[in-house]
Amino acid sequence: MSMTESTYRIQGGTGEWEVVIGLEVHAQITTNAKLFSGASTEFGAEPNTQVSLVDAAMPGMLPVLNKECVRQAVRTGLAIDAQINKYSRFDRKNYFYADLPQGYQISQLYHPIVGEGKIEISLDEKDPDAHGKTIGVERIHIEQDAGKLMHDQHPTMSYVDLNRCGVALMEIVSMPDMASPKEAAAYVRKLRSILRYVGSCDGNMEQGSMRADVNVSVRKPGDELGTRTETKNVNSLRYIQQVIEYEAQRQVDVIESGDEIVQETRLFDPDKNETRSMRSKEDAHDYRYFPDPDLLPLELEDDFIFDCKASLPELPDEKRARYKNVLGLSAYNAAVLTAEHETAIWFEELLETTDEPEKIASSAANWLTSELFGALNKMGLSIEKSPVSPQQAAELLGLIADGTISGKIAKQVFEIMLETGDGAAKIVEEKGLKQESDTGAIEKVIADVMAANKDKVAQYRGGKDKLFGFFVGQTMKAMQGKANPQVVNELLKKTLGPAG
Amino acid sequence: MSVDKETVKKIANLSRIAVTEAEADALVPELNNILGWVEQLSEVDCSKVEPMTAVIPNKLRLRDDVVTDGNIRDKVIANAPAAEHGFFGVPKVIE
Repeated sequence: MSMTESTYRIQGGTGEWEVVIGLEVHAQITTNAKLFSGASTEFGAEPNTQVSLVDAAMPGMLPVLNKECVRQAVRTGLAIDAQINKYSRFDRKNYFYADLPQGYQISQLYHPIVGEGKIEISLDEKDPDAHGKTIGVERIHIEQDAGKLMHDQHPTMSYVDLNRCGVALMEIVSMPDMASPKEAAAYVRKLRSILRYVGSCDGNMEQGSMRADVNVSVRKPGDELGTRTETKNVNSLRYIQQVIEYEAQRQVDVIESGDEIVQETRLFDPDKNETRSMRSKEDAHDYRYFPDPDLLPLELEDDFIFDCKASLPELPDEKRARYKNVLGLSAYNAAVLTAEHETAIWFEELLETTDEPEKIASSAANWLTSELFGALNKMGLSIEKSPVSPQQAAELLGLIADGTISGKIAKQVFEIMLETGDGAAKIVEEKGLKQESDTGAIEKVIADVMAANKDKVAQYRGGKDKLFGFFVGQTMKAMQGKANPQVVNELLKKTLGPAG
Repeated sequence: MSVDKETVKKIANLSRIAVTEAEADALVPELNNILGWVEQLSEVDCSKVEPMTAVIPNKLRLRDDVVTDGNIRDKVIANAPAAEHGFFGVPKVIE
């Protein structure tokens, strides 16, 4: 498989530079309770109301592992073809910060729950197979999130809210397999899609349920890997790309001016569009990891892993292939309809209204990606909130398919459906929008149109064949757009005779 | 394995323990004594023994994903010296 974007290069004074990118994505695991306590994980609660004495690290409190976090991490691992480690263990990562009352984060350094896997990415939405690349995943481990600090509420103090403290995260560590900002964005997009299909993370980057640490280094093509920097907590696809562009250019400038890249942690400032060194965290790299004595090793049974596997839905890559090969959709439609799980669910509910889904799949896909997406976009709604249900859409598409209404009238009917919530058949009936296919009625109108435009009829017959469209227009207009366009065309051709 | 004074001071700093020069001087031989004693254990060949993670032969207990705790803000911030509006207040830490 080829990928044009891998030729992304930084033009330096000494020649071209390649960029090497690896991502550590932190994905909040969708659960009711926290990783080691029974406090709620719900977003947006009053400060410190979703905190147990375990999360606040009161003396003598002991962590008890939430089974659902284990299940979701294993399901995620299986979804990316990864090795599941039947033996894993928790370690303490020690550092002092005001958002971490324990003084250590419980994580998995030495024995992560998920080993190597892979994710297929694509740079071309219109033809995903032609521009694919495989990105390796090194590991996935489970760990605790930290609390939240607010710096702007008080002149001399920072406020600490521990509601997020102890919420379960998966850290998904990629191999340094990406070579451009676009590849990194495609990877995160695909990972997000898979997580949402699996249901292990809601993928909401604005609320911080998914954020990335971006590792960037540069090298001359073919050279050994350069020294990397890690930019922490980048929370949007756009920012991830900006960080890579900025860091790559900065590193090239540093090296070409004769200095060396320092392996360090950096922060992204979206307002200034730059990354900055986090010098205060220099010591933080000395984490003094050791196995957490409060937790025994986590051992998984075959049955548990089997059940995790059996519970997985059809995943985006399989689904896209099926839409293309079985349902006969275009590569583009198949990609668009499977990118978000909700869209695919909606589409499949529509297909379930018929026994022969292959017959309506293509027209339904076209309608969905143009008409429905267009309307939802305008209303600022997601597909789950669509005012028109898949069943109602099927009814509308059925009326087009059996010739009751034309595609043009269908647009009108759809507008009314969106406004009123009424069914398509009811609207067509009430507003008298039914398409006229009765040849007698259409012939009569054609005769009138020809009588009123004798000069144009003569011109047409004299060879001005472009006038054909004029007659179609006049006939449709006289019938308020309700005439079956196919029948109109046929009858006009017959009545007007050959042009010239 | 042994530690020098610089290492002792670094570990103390990472652990947020205030250690005076005199204390650090005293800690170096003390810690090295302990390290030396632990090192004796390495003389035993345990390359074919599984590492023991706990003294009790037990399995890790798992919890169901049910909310059973929380809504105890007063208890959580009861010992906080500078709590305000339900938050812990700490000296301003900003990157």
